[in-house]
Amino acid sequence: MTDASPAGPSASKPAAKNKYDYTNGPPPLSINMAWCKACNICIALCPKQVFEPDRDGKPIQARAEDCNQCTICWVHCPDLAITSNYK
Amino acid sequence: MATAVKQRSDVILDYIRPRKKFPSVWCAGCGNGIVMSALIRAIEKAGYSKDGIAMLSGIGCSSRMPIYFDVSALHTTHGRALGFATGVKFARPELKVIVITGDGDALAIGGNHFIHACRRNIDITAILLNNYIYGMTGGQGSPTTPSEAFSTTTPYGNVEKHFEPCDLAAAAGATFVGRTTVYHAPQMEKLLGDAMAHRGFSLVEVVSNCHTYFGRLNRQGDAVSMINHFKEQSVPVAKSRKMSPEELEGKIVTGKLHEVDKTEFCDEYQRVVDAVQGRN
Ligand SMILES: Cc1ncc(C[n+]2csc(CCOP(=O)(O)OP(=O)(O)O)c2C)c(N)n1
Ligand code: SF4
Ligand code: SF4
Ligand code: SF4
Repeated sequence: MTDASPAGPSASKPAAKNKYDYTNGPPPLSINMAWCKACNICIALCPKQVFEPDRDGKPIQARAEDCNQCTICWVHCPDLAITSNYK
Repeated sequence: MATAVKQRSDVILDYIRPRKKFPSVWCAGCGNGIVMSALIRAIEKAGYSKDGIAMLSGIGCSSRMPIYFDVSALHTTHGRALGFATGVKFARPELKVIVITGDGDALAIGGNHFIHACRRNIDITAILLNNYIYGMTGGQGSPTTPSEAFSTTTPYGNVEKHFEPCDLAAAAGATFVGRTTVYHAPQMEKLLGDAMAHRGFSLVEVVSNCHTYFGRLNRQGDAVSMINHFKEQSVPVAKSRKMSPEELEGKIVTGKLHEVDKTEFCDEYQRVVDAVQGRN
């Protein structure tokens, strides 16, 4: 996974942003890249800016630690390509 | 990819035919898929068994939806899904019958079936994906294309008036009517659940994005900008009751708009059968 986060919000460590801690578990979401059509909906609607597009425009969980499992990305994915590993 | 622990978001995968049909035929970002996802969650939440569901559709991009579901699916002819569904429900009243239809399918070629299904109050849930245009055939105007809007058959702007599917359904006798948009995915899931639980004819209109035709021809941008536009245009039904017609111009009123209790067609038919047989 690429670490696209600039030095900034995620730099300071302990201040837990949400009740999910992904350090020892799987990433917040599983993304089925074979079904994803790079529509940009999840990337644009995520309130926590968790995603960055890869070269094809498909989502990468670049700021995974900011994901609060709000469900917005996967309930809006038209291609059923996102499932949560925690919800 | 799949994790060992099954999560609720995974239920989606239990209701589809993954190896056969994915990725879907729809354009990237098409709202049809958002509706499919909400419908799966609503079905799962209600606890309907896959064998207990018959899902029917006519013809159109939206009408492709049932082929992705691992339920009894019937992909019928253009505009006729409600006619077929009436037959299915009448023959097998124990089934949960769901019809997926588009604005062209339900209101143009299928307009007559639509009003008469409403009138009979037969226990069917119709989900009308309203993208204001004929998507599958390349962007022709439909009965919901707004006045002045562009389509390939209204190149100078639509000179006709449009139908409001929810008003039409309620006036024709539907006993549950609601509207939502693809932006409002959680509300959509709830509304679909309530519509399926209702005994009688229920209509849920989902305003959806065909950015490929409607969006492009009307300069509404891509899927994301259309979906965000639906958010800005929408007004919850409770709030809308305090607004004037002028203030409601161009707004999308969302939520449950109408619900009444009336005898359902199959129940009424059974009552007559019982009465006639009792007399013999
Ligand atoms: C009898 C008949 N007439 C016309 C057509 C061509 N046709 C296919 S889909 C369609 C319109 C679909 O529009 P809509 O129901 O709004 O669905 P969408 O594709 O927008 O989801 C038409 C006119 C057909 N398949 N059958
Ligand atoms: S669940 Fe919410 S916070 Fe997490 S990635 Fe999806 S939209 Fe962003
Ligand atoms: S919403 Fe789904 S299809 Fe669209 S970019 Fe995100 S994962 Fe891919
Ligand atoms: S043409 Fe329009 S309705 Fe059809 S799949 Fe593409 S975006 Fe969806």
